[in-house]
Amino acid sequence: MAEDVWILGIRMTKFGKHPDRDLVELAAEASMGALADGGVTMKQMQILAWGSIMSGGMGQQLQKQIGQTGIPVYNVANACATGATALRTVIMAIKAGEADFGLAVGVEKVAGAGLLAGGSRGVDGTTWTPRGPVGAVAPLDGRIGTETMPGVFAQIGLEYGHRYGGTSFELFAKISEKNHAHSTLNPLAAYRKRFTLDQIMNDVMIAYPNTRPMCSANADGAAAAVLVSDTRLRTLSLEQQHRAVKVSASVLTSDPWEEACQVLPDVNTLTRNAATQAYEAAGIGPADLDLVELHDCFATAELVHYDNLKLCESGGAVDFFNSGATWRDGRIPVNVSGGLQSKGHPISATGIANVWEICHHLRGEAGDRQIEGARVGLAHVIGLGSACGVHILEKAAA
Amino acid sequence: MAAARIPLVDYLRLADEPYLVASECEECAARYFNHRVACANCGATAFKEAQVPADGVVRAFTIVSFAAPGIEVPFVSAVVDCHGTSVRANLVNVAPDPEHVRTGMAVRLTTFPIGTDSTGTEAIGFGFEPAAD
Repeated sequence: MAEDVWILGIRMTKFGKHPDRDLVELAAEASMGALADGGVTMKQMQILAWGSIMSGGMGQQLQKQIGQTGIPVYNVANACATGATALRTVIMAIKAGEADFGLAVGVEKVAGAGLLAGGSRGVDGTTWTPRGPVGAVAPLDGRIGTETMPGVFAQIGLEYGHRYGGTSFELFAKISEKNHAHSTLNPLAAYRKRFTLDQIMNDVMIAYPNTRPMCSANADGAAAAVLVSDTRLRTLSLEQQHRAVKVSASVLTSDPWEEACQVLPDVNTLTRNAATQAYEAAGIGPADLDLVELHDCFATAELVHYDNLKLCESGGAVDFFNSGATWRDGRIPVNVSGGLQSKGHPISATGIANVWEICHHLRGEAGDRQIEGARVGLAHVIGLGSACGVHILEKAAA
Repeated sequence: MAAARIPLVDYLRLADEPYLVASECEECAARYFNHRVACANCGATAFKEAQVPADGVVRAFTIVSFAAPGIEVPFVSAVVDCHGTSVRANLVNVAPDPEHVRTGMAVRLTTFPIGTDSTGTEAIGFGFEPAAD
């Protein structure tokens, strides 16, 4: 049995617009912050995992800013699950006995980047010429469905409604209302404005039923975590041991083949698989969770993940949300950080920033937005393609 | 002589009654609309062509109001369940609003010209429209 792994230090930068700072600077701020938070230095790190989508592999450039110690660097990319993948890369190295300490960082600069997908092929030539995997003679985005993320996830939400009933434009808007309300307590969120339901529903429609405030906010930002083996943690100070957060489960899945998964991405099966594996590894059930940060890239996505993460009975996500359970004073608070819709979504930072949020509460350091007595939390991300990361985190025993 | 026509994609067949074809795994019957080296479900490497039923039910949709430059909006993107084969397509000949588009609605395949190139060849696209029943 591989030994336990702990989060020793963790930090996220403020999410939002950082026009004057490049990726490496943002990553360096988060990394130095995580090292200081853990009471360690770069010299103790034995592995570095760098996650970024838009930039490719720049872990070595980060080393040149904060410490070139010759340790192995893994530059990872896994769509919106990149941060969780970097974290898990370090966790695997420690579990494998190859390292006692490691640093994982995720960073992105996407403020003002727009749709991020769609219109993947321009109009070309003066004669129809079949091209690509389906011999298309013209661009397909807009002719055969949509390539954009707001549209893809809108369909995922409405498909859930078709299967189980009870969804409406207003219901999805209410999920967004919750997350924006939560964001007002998070000083590191990109947007901290509370919206009324009317404001959300009457804002610019992007892809029905997702209006603009119901979509994740493109933002710049970084997050980093220092991980340590159980054995080494026991040699550190009592304060370090008390603040350390146990990684009770670290799971990464991809999507198994399902009918229709080639037509509309199936974000459900791989999330359910990841959740099942994570609960089993941690010996913890959904009822034990004190808070959840899940991948609300769109309001329509949050609903289906209540079900996928088994926070409610199968098919019961609408009733579960309507019960108030996922508000910060509810039974299982979800996205008390404000979620991707207001905290922001610097793609590769997200899968570590959500872990930071959980750790903050488990350590009792979340200030105004502290979930009192939080002992167990779950962080979830999904990257289309698809990849799903789930981490279950537990407070250290007193 | 009729003008030459070409389908928007190679899985649209322009017969008197146009239809879509899928590549079907000979082992497990999983269906794809593009080439696979091996079946993503079972790993077999033999495929055959299968005609997809031209009618189905809308299982999911969105009305896209904001898209990349050059793409006409609003349009309705949907997943249509054609008797067990899911198809991605636009819904056409229906008002693009939630009062007229709903999941569960019966639809059928339709084709239409999307433009003519410099040689006079007409490209034919497809979508699904409300079934007339």
